[in-house]
Amino acid sequence: MAKVSVRFFARYAELAGCSVSAVNLETPATVADVIERVREVFPGTQAMPPRPLAALNQRHVKLDATVHEGDEVALLPPFAGG
Amino acid sequence: MHLTRHPLAIADLLAEVQSPERGGTCVFLGTVRNDADITAIDYSAYEAMADEEIERILAEAHERWPDVRVILNHRLGVIPAGEASIAIVAAAPHRDAAFAACRHVIEEVKKRLPIWKKELRGDGSEQWVEAHDHR
Repeated sequence: MAKVSVRFFARYAELAGCSVSAVNLETPATVADVIERVREVFPGTQAMPPRPLAALNQRHVKLDATVHEGDEVALLPPFAGG
Repeated sequence: MHLTRHPLAIADLLAEVQSPERGGTCVFLGTVRNDADITAIDYSAYEAMADEEIERILAEAHERWPDVRVILNHRLGVIPAGEASIAIVAAAPHRDAAFAACRHVIEEVKKRLPIWKKELRGDGSEQWVEAHDHR
C-alpha cells in the first residue's frame, strides 16, 4: 500500500469539498489510479473531466506516471493564468 | 518569488532588466477586462508549482535568447477591472529578440501555469473561467 497526498484547486476544490487530502492505494499505482480512488472517496469529483490535468510533486505529468509512498498528486482545472 | 498580491510595479521590473547595452525593451501587460459586467477577477494559484514553472519558463527563454533579460510577475487575489494581472518585461540588445522572448513567455504562461480565475460580476454572481484562448 502507498499513501499519496492529493491537492485540489479552484473549481475542483469546490467539487471535492476540500483542498488537501490523502488516499491509500495498492502498489504499483499510477496517477490515473489515484484519480479513480479520488472519485470514489469524493463523489463530487465525478464531475471532473475523465482525464483531468495532473501534477506529480509539482511537475506536469501524464496520467500513466507511477506514484510512490509520500508523493503528492495535484488535480488541476484548465489553466486560466495571464 | 514571481507571484504577488500587490499591484504590479512595472518601474521596478524595468529597472531589473534594463541596462545600457540593451537597446530594445518590450513590456507586456495583461489587464482585467470589464466584459459582461465583470468588476474584478479573483486569481488563485498552486503557488509553489506556479513559481517553479515560471522559473523553468524563464530559464528556457534565457537558453534560447542568451542576450535577453526577461522577468515576469503575476498578481493573485482580487484584481479590479483595468488593473494588470501579469507583467512580462524583456530587454535585449535589439528589438527582435525582446519581442520574441516576451511573446514566447506569455504563450508558455498560458499553457503551463497552474493559475485560475473566477470572474466577479456587478450583480454579485461569480464564475470560474475555463480556458479559452483569445490571442
